[in-house]
Amino acid sequence: MSEVKFSKEHEWITLEGDVATIGITKHATEMLGDIVFAELPEKGSNVEKDGTAGVVESTKAASDVYTPVSGEVVDTNQSIVDDPAKINEDPEGGAWFFKLKIKDTSELDTLMNKEEYDKFAKETSS
Amino acid sequence: MEIKKTSLNKLHQSNKAKFVEFAGYEMPIQYSKGIIEEHKFTRSNSGIFDVSHMGQLFIYGDESLTEELEKIFPLDLKNLKQNCSKYSFLMNEDAGIYDDLIITKIEEGYLIILNAACKDKDFEILSNLLGSKFKMNLDNNRSLIAIQGPKSVEILKSIINGVDQLSFMTGNWFDSDNQKLFVTRSGYTGEDGFEISISNDKAEKFVENLIEKGAQLIGLGARDTLRLEAGLCLYGHELDINKTPVEANLRWAISKSRLSNGGFIGSKKIMNQMQDGASKIRVGIKPEGRLIAREKTKIFDDTDKQIGEITSGTFGPSVNGPIAMGYVDKEFSKVDTKILLEVRGKKHPANVCALPFYKKNYVKGVN
Repeated sequence: MSEVKFSKEHEWITLEGDVATIGITKHATEMLGDIVFAELPEKGSNVEKDGTAGVVESTKAASDVYTPVSGEVVDTNQSIVDDPAKINEDPEGGAWFFKLKIKDTSELDTLMNKEEYDKFAKETSS
Repeated sequence: MEIKKTSLNKLHQSNKAKFVEFAGYEMPIQYSKGIIEEHKFTRSNSGIFDVSHMGQLFIYGDESLTEELEKIFPLDLKNLKQNCSKYSFLMNEDAGIYDDLIITKIEEGYLIILNAACKDKDFEILSNLLGSKFKMNLDNNRSLIAIQGPKSVEILKSIINGVDQLSFMTGNWFDSDNQKLFVTRSGYTGEDGFEISISNDKAEKFVENLIEKGAQLIGLGARDTLRLEAGLCLYGHELDINKTPVEANLRWAISKSRLSNGGFIGSKKIMNQMQDGASKIRVGIKPEGRLIAREKTKIFDDTDKQIGEITSGTFGPSVNGPIAMGYVDKEFSKVDTKILLEVRGKKHPANVCALPFYKKNYVKGVN
């Protein structure tokens, strides 16, 4: 599996072959607070890099989830729809959002590595 | 304008509050545990709320003050016993609501608790209506602390002797630590609890004492989910200048004895609406599934006609699902009416439901 990459919209992505797994970062969940609702893209649909591909809602507000790369949705994580609190508990593990069959792996090149993301998250939240 | 801070601001900081600006004040939205845990702690234990941003208006006077206030509020104040509180409204001639408030008859006159965002305007309106005959003091030297939840009575009693003798919607002056506190058995969470008016310089130590006894600080985020579960209105959302108490389904707050002769501001409109019904009315709304419909969500019937709008919507931690309140045309206001909510471009099914979402636990008859 590839190195974890991160987007400026606070998504993480890993790649295995041509299938990417995408979720939201721990930092994002800390900013959102208690998550109480999640909406995922439909299986079989196509999503475009930086386009919306879902919604999360905390007790306070709704936020869009973006996809950091383009591709076809091949799987979604129903368990976070049924129990959105899982996203707060394990955002960068079991609470992944969707898997994409991606067309262009070079889209990952523009994303940040962990060190860069941590620095970005720290700077943008203060 | 510089942001205002309450006397508990440092205590909020040391308890790791996340702050938001609310009505010109820097207020805690939540602490480190988060809204859901704070909400549940209040329902099961005892939560402390800093509501010092709210206005504490003391108006001093005797029977002539009661007469003047009856020209303003839809209440039977002549028959209100000393130390008893009523929920009421400051209205315009069209019965539009300037503010909702709690008024308590005290020995010296009346104490009125006003919403933070409305208090200065309320003071101006009331000053104009009452003239210079009565001394009025919108007291900035006092903080207001609410303690809410089933364990609050035991905790507060251990600090202020005798508060357990108060019934719901009554209050009194108490002595504690060489100072006079005005305590009412009231609140806005649907739980048993108290509001304590205390001088600013004593507030921090008082709250630290409550924390030591097991209560915890709760932010405005949980205050909002708690009041919404209890079906209680929030000014600026369910209530505003374009809505009347009848439309807000708050008929119960208008004293029956005042409906025959009127004589209070807005009485004509109120009496007409009481008789003929209002064309729109506030209802509880339960979305199906887990979907949350926020404020301003449009409500439709099954023919695609808009029939109303959501005024508050969130996730209710104790009911473990989405809840909302809003206004609908009166023919859609019956419990179990099917409606549609437009969220992110799609219409989702929901039902009109009875309020509250969460059963209230007030302590009514103590004596």
